[in-house]
Amino acid sequence: MRINCPHCGERSLDEFSYLGDAVVRPDPASPNAQDAFYAYGYERANVAGPMQELWYHAAGCHAWLVVTRDTRTHEISEVKSAQEVALARQKVAGTAQ
Amino acid sequence: MIQSSQTSRLKNRGLIDRSQPLDFTFDGVPYTGYAGDTLASALLANGVRLVGRSFKYHRPRGILTAGSEEPNALVELRSGARREPNTRATVAELFNGLEAKSQNRFPSLSLDLLAINGLVSPFLSAGFYYKTFMWPAAFWEKLYEPMIRRAAGLGRAAPEHDPDSYDKATAYCDVLVVGSGPSGLMAALSAARAGARVILADESFAFGGRLLSDARTVDGKSGADWVASVIAELKSFPGVQLMSRTTVFGAYDTGTFGAVERVADHVAIPAAGVPRQRLWRIVAKHSIIAQGAGERPIVFGNNDRPGVMLASAVRTYINRFGVAPGETAVVFSNNDEGASTIEDLVSAGVTVAGLVDTRTSLPPAIKSLARKHGIRVFEGAVVADALGGSRVTGARIIASYGAPQTVACNLIAVSGGFNPNLQVTTHQGSRPQWRDDLAAFVPGALPKGMAVSGSAKGTYGLASCLKEGAQAGAAAAAAGGFVATAAAIPAADDEPTEVSAFWHVESSKHKAFVDQQNDVTAADVRLAEREGFQSVEHLKRYTTLGMATDQGKTSNVNGLAMLAALTGKTIPATGVTAARPPYTPVAIGALAGEHRDKHFKPTRLTPSHDWAKERGAVFIETGLWLRAQYFPKPGETDWLTTVSREVTTVRNSVGVCDVSTLGKIEIHGTDAGKFLDRVYINMMSTLGVGKARYGMMLREDGIAMDDGTAARFADDRYFITTTTANAIKVLQHLEFCRQWVWPELDVQLFPVSDQWAQYSVAGPRARDLLAKIVDAPFDISNAAFPYMAVAELTVLGGIKARLYRLSFSGEMAYEIAVPARHGDLLMRTLMSKGEEFGVTPYGTEALGVMRIEKGHVAGPELNGTTTCADLGLGKMASTKKDFIGRILSQRPGLADPNRPRVVGFKPVDKSARLRGGAHFIAKDAEPVARNDLGFMTSVAFSPSLGHWVGLGFLAGAESRMGEILRAVDPVRNSDILVEVVSPVFYDGEGARLRV
Repeated sequence: MRINCPHCGERSLDEFSYLGDAVVRPDPASPNAQDAFYAYGYERANVAGPMQELWYHAAGCHAWLVVTRDTRTHEISEVKSAQEVALARQKVAGTAQ
Repeated sequence: MIQSSQTSRLKNRGLIDRSQPLDFTFDGVPYTGYAGDTLASALLANGVRLVGRSFKYHRPRGILTAGSEEPNALVELRSGARREPNTRATVAELFNGLEAKSQNRFPSLSLDLLAINGLVSPFLSAGFYYKTFMWPAAFWEKLYEPMIRRAAGLGRAAPEHDPDSYDKATAYCDVLVVGSGPSGLMAALSAARAGARVILADESFAFGGRLLSDARTVDGKSGADWVASVIAELKSFPGVQLMSRTTVFGAYDTGTFGAVERVADHVAIPAAGVPRQRLWRIVAKHSIIAQGAGERPIVFGNNDRPGVMLASAVRTYINRFGVAPGETAVVFSNNDEGASTIEDLVSAGVTVAGLVDTRTSLPPAIKSLARKHGIRVFEGAVVADALGGSRVTGARIIASYGAPQTVACNLIAVSGGFNPNLQVTTHQGSRPQWRDDLAAFVPGALPKGMAVSGSAKGTYGLASCLKEGAQAGAAAAAAGGFVATAAAIPAADDEPTEVSAFWHVESSKHKAFVDQQNDVTAADVRLAEREGFQSVEHLKRYTTLGMATDQGKTSNVNGLAMLAALTGKTIPATGVTAARPPYTPVAIGALAGEHRDKHFKPTRLTPSHDWAKERGAVFIETGLWLRAQYFPKPGETDWLTTVSREVTTVRNSVGVCDVSTLGKIEIHGTDAGKFLDRVYINMMSTLGVGKARYGMMLREDGIAMDDGTAARFADDRYFITTTTANAIKVLQHLEFCRQWVWPELDVQLFPVSDQWAQYSVAGPRARDLLAKIVDAPFDISNAAFPYMAVAELTVLGGIKARLYRLSFSGEMAYEIAVPARHGDLLMRTLMSKGEEFGVTPYGTEALGVMRIEKGHVAGPELNGTTTCADLGLGKMASTKKDFIGRILSQRPGLADPNRPRVVGFKPVDKSARLRGGAHFIAKDAEPVARNDLGFMTSVAFSPSLGHWVGLGFLAGAESRMGEILRAVDPVRNSDILVEVVSPVFYDGEGARLRV
């Protein structure tokens, strides 16, 4: 498998390490933080199909990436910088408020 | 050697080089072959037909095929450390001095005493291993297993170290073409002419595939001549890489392929600097699988006798190698290609005693061919049994009309049709499709970027293969953005390729083998089906059909068809023959490449490693690092003496320890303090500039992850250390937090573990020693530079340095860091300037002793199951902020005050030795698991106290202080009494740190 790192270009799988689905850390100040963190830690969907995942370019630029991969075929449809995805997410959340 | 010994060699025929005779031996007997031979063709040329004994019944076996699908002709090549078992003689390229031995025979190939297994075969039937030797269990290891291994099994691996080297390489291309038959060559040509970077790989040492084996003309030339002209043109393109002797064994995601190149398998000993094999990772934008098709046998009685050979292999030996594999032949076929073999046989001077075809009405062209050569034709007939033992002597033929008749022959050329070689197309989960008209599976939906062409796709005619290849090559190049047109198709005919499905001769009297490599017979398939193993996956596991080195290339489809017939289902409803990598066996050595022995992983050395070596240090591996464990002095004979001396010197004067292996990360940015607050359990934003603080990080699940120190050099500039073991993990975690969790923070991370050489200088004279190397005007006095102070300064006349007043030993101590290149100089200088204080270097052992004396937790306590409260650090956790792991650490199970906590232990009998791993049991309780109170994690002999001390986790620790418990170590037969004490054994007030 090869991942097209937005900073380094297309690189072989062995340069990357995998974390899991690209879920957001819950708000620790929310009233149901215990349940939310429990779900964040242990209750992850086992997706059959396109899934957004976090990968780390360990042997490259040290960037975390949001990789959209079809778990059935390993086909990767999109790779984005995790930081940019996270900033865009915050911007959307900010606008919503 | 006498060349006339090649009695079966045909005159003026074949693609071998008669000017290059090659000497070789088989089972010690010398023979001669020619350059261009395989071991199999050279053996056949010399009239050798019996080459091995079968796996289970020790039946005599010969050569069935001419390719990598060979199930029988497995031999040991070479000798000594280079001995290589289970090599298929059909692909082993002949070289001068080749030594080959037959396998699996005792005591010799012609007289095999274990062939008696054939007589007891009722006991060796399907499921044999599952039904026999069930008890007593104790007999397995000593009796059954050695006996089975002796009787069955294949070749012997060399016990010595492999003296050859193996290489790994990566290649990139626009178009990868796998297979260099007619289709593959045209594909490569079309793509290359369009300007694409092309890799053409073929498992053989010669390009051309079936064009070398069949007597066909292309563009008015012989197949071999046409191949040579195409290869010459391909060589003229700079972007084309031609890889012969290279098997593409696996297809992986995103156009990645695994291939093994047999760089020096065709020489006795690789030249200096040349690897034996090279493992390729080929990354291809597009790929064209053109691996051709493999002929399958028909299952009939004694179909494993030497002399029964696939018809396509017969043609290969005649046309490519110039060898007649027999003198009198019977052809047994169900298709046009097989039947056409009579023409090659006649042209080679072989007497054709009969053409037996299962079809009731043969095509006129074949009938007239037979008539022309006066060959007897048996239509609607079968070869029910081969006659003979270690060599075929005849065929028992049964036609739908008349009585069975016996025809004398010593070669039976058999063809049951062709299976497209589609294995590589299925490696990523694609399922093959059944085609009734071909009686074969063809590739199903292909992975992105992959195309399949020619016989591998079920397109069998030569002209069609050429055309399809040209189109596939052009299409792949065009998809890669090149302007491409299919190369002009050279003149060639499509041969007739009609086939009528026929799998198994029911009327056979003798054992009929479906899988010759695993000795699986038609009766075994019937038995398995009767016993309920009706799924093809069950059949495979119960009978071992399709396993071992050939992976059922000649047997899977036959087995599947027979099972389908037995269960009354269609073949596609019964199952498919998808494959996993590798396509053919790959040596472990090739997969390992250079990564073996000490090259298995890198060894990291600290900047002053050479100095430590000169000093006679004993080293220990910690992760990838080699660290000094202790520094024995002349006369010190045991490690404990040395370590105790090192500890005592530190406690009384001064010692220096290399701590360069610590993980080191620079944390810069206006939000650096805020960031550290969120990743450490304690506050770091309040840390003053010029100060350091101990810190603990948790995982998000609330378990302790790592500890270290954070130092602040400016408002926006921190520097943290991690434990040696977690350096990489912590950086990854912090990058995760910075980029994904809090992307808005202004903070940057720089790993600098390798940039700094760092030394702990500890002991009451530490300051006196350092005062000799710090440059003026730096004030190192206790008042100016107190405990937990940090500074940037210069030492030894201008070398940039950092000084941290930190102590892991409990003594007044410093850590001093200099750029890595100065580490060796700094260490040597500290040693020479410290002579007047009696300075000692100390290693990881003394470091460990002193941290246990001080009750500091380390790796054995931060073991991935403990919380900061378990470690006695619960009070460090700030309640004024959130941090990673805070929420989940409040879960009832983790917050339970009765969880085992770290406390200290000392032996009641001061001379007793403590043991790490010992379990704590109440004094009057039975030492069983339900009475377990916890266990010892770290122990050391404390030279400062004169007895052993230990740290461990104990349930209800607070209420047990002062209690006497048993420490039971059943593994080492130790059961002693210990007292529960504070984990801080030495200088509980910390007075020595601050002086």
